[in-house]
Amino acid sequence: MSEDTVSIVLNGEEREVPAGLNVRELLSHLGLQEGAVVVELNREIVRREGYDAVEIEPGDTIELVHFVGGG
Amino acid sequence: MTVATDQLESSLDEPLEIAGRKFTSRLIVGTGKYRDNETMVRAITASGTEIVTVAVRRVDLDRTKEEGILHHLDPDKWFLLPNTAGCYEADDAIRYARLAREAGFTDWIKLEVIGDEESLLPDVAGLLEATRTLVSDGFKVLAYTNEDLITALKLEDAGVAAVMPLASPIGSGLGLLNPYHIRLIKSRLEVPVIVDAGVGTASDACLTMEQGVDGILMNTAIAAARDPVGMATAMREATVAGRLAYLSGRMPRRELAVPSSPTTGMLD
Repeated sequence: MSEDTVSIVLNGEEREVPAGLNVRELLSHLGLQEGAVVVELNREIVRREGYDAVEIEPGDTIELVHFVGGG
Repeated sequence: MTVATDQLESSLDEPLEIAGRKFTSRLIVGTGKYRDNETMVRAITASGTEIVTVAVRRVDLDRTKEEGILHHLDPDKWFLLPNTAGCYEADDAIRYARLAREAGFTDWIKLEVIGDEESLLPDVAGLLEATRTLVSDGFKVLAYTNEDLITALKLEDAGVAAVMPLASPIGSGLGLLNPYHIRLIKSRLEVPVIVDAGVGTASDACLTMEQGVDGILMNTAIAAARDPVGMATAMREATVAGRLAYLSGRMPRRELAVPSSPTTGMLD
């Protein structure tokens, strides 16, 4: 792990992302549209209005979910 | 035919009302297992449904699969009902319901707590536990359950918006296995009873609606048909037919024949 990345668990897989990102920046880093996903950080939902304030920390567990077809 | 039944339906029937919201169609359709999104949209359009179910899953970060279903479904056209499919614990179902509320701006949830992988039958203890938590959290819970009166009564007591007993196991296509129990549940509940899962073809939908239930929910029967759009149309008509037959009151069953034509005026 280099100094300017942090290791997180993203959708079940360990992943390196740039250090110091907030949630909005993480979504943009991943190329995801904000309105299209829901963010769960360490089992807590991050509301959209918190995307700028909440920073990604090393070791965070993040789930990014959306609606898919289902019965 | 469609025009005629629509006219009949509107004059004889009342809207389906769930949690204060009114719907003309009594058919609810799932969006899973279609071969492609275009077929899915055409099928749900043909079904005449106003409510479609969706699931909550991880975003595919490698983009190898399709984008989220909201790219294909217009939420102004269909009321999206998220489910907690795939959840085996009350806590998981509660977690999925909260994610769904955030994703869909709706507090409606089709609550599934599954007890067994092979049968996908509900875990009613977990279902009741999750129901109580979600109802107190402000959710409108539509609870997928067994065709069991006592569980249905407990769910109603717990404050569900609708009880959804199964016709037969999810995806089985076995049709309505226990019409007696479905009628029993319907006769005792105030909240809407919507039969969910197990329907295989149009006659199953018709027979289910003939029991007097408020609605029916299906997915695989349409998605896995050779022609999903054709089957969706058949299901739409069958749901209306079954409902009208129920409202119209069937003739009594008799053991022996009764002539339909006059018995007098016969030639010597």
